[in-house]
Amino acid sequence: MSRITSVFTELKAAKRKALIPYITAGDPSLDSTVPMMHALVEAGADIIELGVPFSDPMADGPTIQLACERALAHGTRLRDVLAMVVEFRAQNQHTPVVLMGYLNPVEAMGYDVFVEQAVASGVDGVLMVDLPPEEATEVEGFFKDADLDMIYLVAPTTTDERIQRIAESGTGYVYYVSMRGVTGSNALDVPDVERNLQRIRQFVSIPVGVGFGIQNSQSAAQVAAISDGVIVGSAIVNLIAANAQQPDMARQQVANLVAGMRQAMDA
Amino acid sequence: MSITTPIDLTLPDARGHFGIFGGRFVSETLSAALDELEKTYAQLRNDPDFQAQFDHDLAHYVGRPSPLYLAERLTAKCGGAQIYLKREDLNHTGAHKINNTIGQALLAKFMGKKKIIAETGAGQHGVASATVAARFGLECKVFMGSTDVERQKLNVYRMKLLGAEVESVTSGTKTLKDAMNEAMRHWVTHVDDTFYIIGTAAGPHPYPMLVRDFQSVIGRETIRQCDEQIGRQPDAVVACVGGGSNAIGMFHPYMPYSDVALYGVEAGGLGLHGNDHAAPLNKGRPGVLHGNRTYLMEDDDGQIMGTHSISAGLDYPGVGPEHSWLKDVGRAQYVAATDDEALHAFYELTQLEGIMPALESAHAIAYAMKLAATMRSDQVIVVNLSGRGDKDIHTVASLDGITA
Repeated sequence: MSRITSVFTELKAAKRKALIPYITAGDPSLDSTVPMMHALVEAGADIIELGVPFSDPMADGPTIQLACERALAHGTRLRDVLAMVVEFRAQNQHTPVVLMGYLNPVEAMGYDVFVEQAVASGVDGVLMVDLPPEEATEVEGFFKDADLDMIYLVAPTTTDERIQRIAESGTGYVYYVSMRGVTGSNALDVPDVERNLQRIRQFVSIPVGVGFGIQNSQSAAQVAAISDGVIVGSAIVNLIAANAQQPDMARQQVANLVAGMRQAMDA
Repeated sequence: MSITTPIDLTLPDARGHFGIFGGRFVSETLSAALDELEKTYAQLRNDPDFQAQFDHDLAHYVGRPSPLYLAERLTAKCGGAQIYLKREDLNHTGAHKINNTIGQALLAKFMGKKKIIAETGAGQHGVASATVAARFGLECKVFMGSTDVERQKLNVYRMKLLGAEVESVTSGTKTLKDAMNEAMRHWVTHVDDTFYIIGTAAGPHPYPMLVRDFQSVIGRETIRQCDEQIGRQPDAVVACVGGGSNAIGMFHPYMPYSDVALYGVEAGGLGLHGNDHAAPLNKGRPGVLHGNRTYLMEDDDGQIMGTHSISAGLDYPGVGPEHSWLKDVGRAQYVAATDDEALHAFYELTQLEGIMPALESAHAIAYAMKLAATMRSDQVIVVNLSGRGDKDIHTVASLDGITA
């Protein structure tokens, strides 16, 4: 059983939902990321989505675009991100780490090399935003053979037919994008999310996490009540950006936000 | 003239692939919109009413067919093959871009979309999109990198006069690739009422195919005109390649004519030895950007590199996937012309023929001049003169030290 599946199984037994924060690796500096990952776990994170910076983040709003630019400004490469996971694993063997980003850095490294190094580094899953299941047919063998979970997005516009296709290919969990738009949008419609989750669950048996538009404890609790996991990205990245010069302050503020969400979700 | 079929003319396949290139590498948030577009286009592609409306507008609104013109004085100067120009510069709005925007605006109309968006580099596609928006009564928003907004002021003003809103994009390198990112982001959010008119033969399937189909009028006309005017097909066809829509429109109908050499001319910028160019087919490697796999200018880590060209329209780190495929199967050859060579060609064509080319098209002229000199006087080159140079007068004047 993968580390991701184990965590969801434990949570289910404890009647709790997964809290899944996202940060962009290397933002604002290479050495701030691993301490932030530990702080996220202490504050109550169950799984960490670690963003691999890319020059052209087409599906992201301004918050994560700027995070990518900050990380790339001092040359954060895919191999640096893998090194961060190694460093994180030296102290934490329990919390799953999912690399989230775009396909081209992986393609440039080579799928075989990437998969081998990701597994060796302690990565548990990958979510490549611009790799839909149709295009993954030639490469998903690399990931599945290595027991790396392949996490796919489902959008409000995804048809039932495509959800079935994603259900066949996806492992670990499915990431439901709560609205039409890019990351950092602010228009969460909880009843609409609930309707779509019912539709998704007709086809998907693995856990479904919900992301986009979750910015505070209240929305985290609302989404936790209807899903298997709450994914929080831009709200955290905004705090990191606001405290780019003060890593201790950034960690403290992010920890407060995440701990507040944890408390509200568990209440 | 022997006509053989050395390569597969049925591509792309059902999933939009040209060999290993092309495809649909997009976030799930765009899949439904692309599926809808693909279905609509599959219905309309061979629909006589749709084709009749397209042909009608090409004839009466764009002004087609565009002439095929023998550039006698340029030919004499080069001292070799006869150089013919396919005069896409004479189209309404001054470039080949309008062929595609008419086609896509008709698709938007059939799909009931009231708003169109577009990305633009030099501004030609933005102007062509704003123009068809006015023609079909659609709302239009054009995304343009802030660097390009600065260097193509005239076209920005033209778009505004046509009633379009121009959104200056300040992310990334602030050029065409970032404008395309931003247009995609906007489309994801407004997909219900908005049609995205992509300006080049790149992007996710079905865009490379439909842009090629709409632009193929260029090559089809050229084949007919060569028959009528010269009595045979040319020895070589030359076109500039940024994203590559004018080139693929010229090349695609010529693909079965195996005796016709196809040359795509990329932007050599300050020279191919460094990184100050926009020549992914010459110097890049395959990767994934903007929804398709194609040759890209990228670093070792797979990050997309900034590009340089004197012409904003060629300043793009990728290229349409069909060109990547044509390169790998060897059907077309891809070469480059530097900024200086393009500028020299701009002056030569202006002074010898009274035709002021767009700086993009001047790259094709520059290579054709070199090529002609190596060929016999009974041989023929057709250059796709994809656009006129009015929009570049500001750039050329400032290089000449003239401040407007």
